[in-house]
Amino acid sequence: MKTSNVILQSMTKVLLFLIMIFSIYIFFAGHYTPGGGFVGGLLTSGAILLLLLAYDLQTVRNILPVNFLYMVAVGLVFAIGTGVGSLIFDKPFLTHAFGDIHVPILGELHLHTATLFDLGVYLVVVGVTMSIIQTIGGDDE
Amino acid sequence: MAMINFLILPILVPLITAVILIFLNKSVIAQRWVSGLSAFVTVILSALLVNKVKNDGIQTLNLSNWDAPFGITLVSDMLSALLVLTTSIVAFACIIYSFKGIGEAREKHHFYAALQFLIVGVNGAFTTGDIFNLFVFFEVMLMSSYALILLGGTNIQLRESIKYILVNVISSGLFVIAVGYLYSVVGTLNMAHIAERISEISGISQPGVISIIGIIFLIVFGLKGAIFPLYFWLPGSYYAPPAPVMAIFGALLTKVGVYSIIRTYSLFFYEDGGYVQQVIMILAILTIIAGIIGALAYWDVKKIIIYNIIVAVGVILFGVSTMNENALTGSIFYLIHDMIIKAALFLLVGLMATISGTNNLKQMGGLIKNYPGFSWTFFLAALALSGIPPLSGFVGKVLIVQGGFSSEYFIGAAIVLASSLFVLISIMKIFINGVWGEPKTYANEKSVPYKQLLIAPVILVILSICYGVGADFVYPYISQAAESLINTNIYIDAVLKE
Amino acid sequence: MEILMIFIAGILFMSATYLMLSRSVVRIILGTTVLSHGVHLLLLTMGGLKRGAPPLVGEEASAYTDPLPQALILTAIVIAFGVTALFLVLGYRSYKELGTDNMEKLRGNDGND
Repeated sequence: MKTSNVILQSMTKVLLFLIMIFSIYIFFAGHYTPGGGFVGGLLTSGAILLLLLAYDLQTVRNILPVNFLYMVAVGLVFAIGTGVGSLIFDKPFLTHAFGDIHVPILGELHLHTATLFDLGVYLVVVGVTMSIIQTIGGDDE
Repeated sequence: MAMINFLILPILVPLITAVILIFLNKSVIAQRWVSGLSAFVTVILSALLVNKVKNDGIQTLNLSNWDAPFGITLVSDMLSALLVLTTSIVAFACIIYSFKGIGEAREKHHFYAALQFLIVGVNGAFTTGDIFNLFVFFEVMLMSSYALILLGGTNIQLRESIKYILVNVISSGLFVIAVGYLYSVVGTLNMAHIAERISEISGISQPGVISIIGIIFLIVFGLKGAIFPLYFWLPGSYYAPPAPVMAIFGALLTKVGVYSIIRTYSLFFYEDGGYVQQVIMILAILTIIAGIIGALAYWDVKKIIIYNIIVAVGVILFGVSTMNENALTGSIFYLIHDMIIKAALFLLVGLMATISGTNNLKQMGGLIKNYPGFSWTFFLAALALSGIPPLSGFVGKVLIVQGGFSSEYFIGAAIVLASSLFVLISIMKIFINGVWGEPKTYANEKSVPYKQLLIAPVILVILSICYGVGADFVYPYISQAAESLINTNIYIDAVLKE
Repeated sequence: MEILMIFIAGILFMSATYLMLSRSVVRIILGTTVLSHGVHLLLLTMGGLKRGAPPLVGEEASAYTDPLPQALILTAIVIAFGVTALFLVLGYRSYKELGTDNMEKLRGNDGND
């Protein structure tokens, strides 16, 4: 069954990082332009899926020794946490805060708690997608 | 603690608990403690919410600080608050039952987390004031119900969950279509705002399109709530999972459908000249009849109770369709009664099946000799279900029948009355054949943790008795709930702050 | 444009119905995905199709596309994605456990005499 996939495997080593970087770009671009946690998460899972196709599930598990279900839970913690934050200030649930903060070296930054929410979405999407793929893909062995 | 956010707490607490439970999957004991405690806290919070709505009127919360009708608004009127309270109580009882009744294998595979997500969905659906957000909470509820119905993965569960998911995927598709149609007509998603726009539209142009949208919504919610031609999937699917899951499904999921019919019908489709009303009434009567036929026909204890869900849905919807204050109050009374008593009966029947190792009544008998506590609890639950005074089913049915007669829907009211008798027959069949008669010995009965399993149904039955006996105390709450359905301006003004 | 989109949505519904009426579980799952595409297209059409104006504008724009249907569709797509994934896993599991993907054999009347 296992065939030699030299081309696929060599390409994966390069493409994996390109896709990853692009997914991070898309994630941050989502603040004002098209993109965001969902698309970014899907791209990241796409990259991991490519790794899985080129090698096998064991390789993926060695590189990413993560329980993806916990990743979903951590993502939910981020998403709910940003919502619950507004409860402490007696603002309606999910009200977000933003502001310009001066950070040394980087200069003025426009920071928004919605990014943290989006990070939660990102983690949930990667976690869910990878759990599904592992459930189906892990059966061959 | 933050007071303006109070009405979201019964949704938020289960959600946070579910996330914590995912991390705790290694330790069953910790999961039990966390989910039990959290369910108890949710009950307390929802009781406080009911009290707050009673004292301060309808509570609203504009999520993310977007004013209604532009953002998503959560609305807790008395009906929502009461249903959230009942949901939390039923969930609490089912969680207690699950400690001994679900098995460690399922507990380790995120059973409690899925259950908490289900509560999030149900409480959210009861609380939301936005039609698309209702869809989202429906999906949260359905996704967790898929997980619960699948958990364990026995053959019958796999087979039935394919059908269950297929039916619900189609109904979700129809839901989105209906929301799309509604949006194209009224241009808003906030339910209070929709109601306002619809009453403006039906004044000038043809109300026909509103009726069509009403019928699509009726199909969507009817599929969830198991009304007459759309209940076909229910007996098979609810039969597959173990007793606590069955109790949660039977007590809560269909009622979310019924609640959605009540809410959308009273807000949107009441002024279309009575077309949707007639359809609901006819279907409600047919639902009662279909449910009775099923309940009388089967010799399987679980099936009998499952068909009794369908009867109850018919009774409640008949009361709603008369749109008369008495009957509506009765319907809400009966809705809450039914959630509690169905959960109790499913748990009791599950206990019965665990003791005897079979679902077939013909192979049971004489449980009263060795299990008197169980038997008398079951007897009381059976009487309450069929509405024997002064137990909890009585008040609701009397009001529904009274309302039916005063609005001159004689046939429907008579069928509701007669249904009580048939329900009594069907449930007494279980009692006579299963509880009375020659005691039989069963292979595994010694290993059943009978006393622990009995706690949850006993709590529910006691609650149901208090609910019936204390009807005078409960009545002001229920009539406040009915008031905002009859006079929808109360609801609309509270949301849009006019 | 709206008329064309409605016809396409209708064709998608038709194909979905055909697929869902077949016996194979895989075809049924494909049917549900086609159904969800039809639903999303219909939702987009119901919001009104406009060209040449972006949904995100300043406060004094004269014309803009209604962003709400697009937000709704995004939500619906995510949900449909999750359900389809779950359904596929279920289809696969039940094929392994029950040894068939034929709905005729999954009727389940065996217990009820």
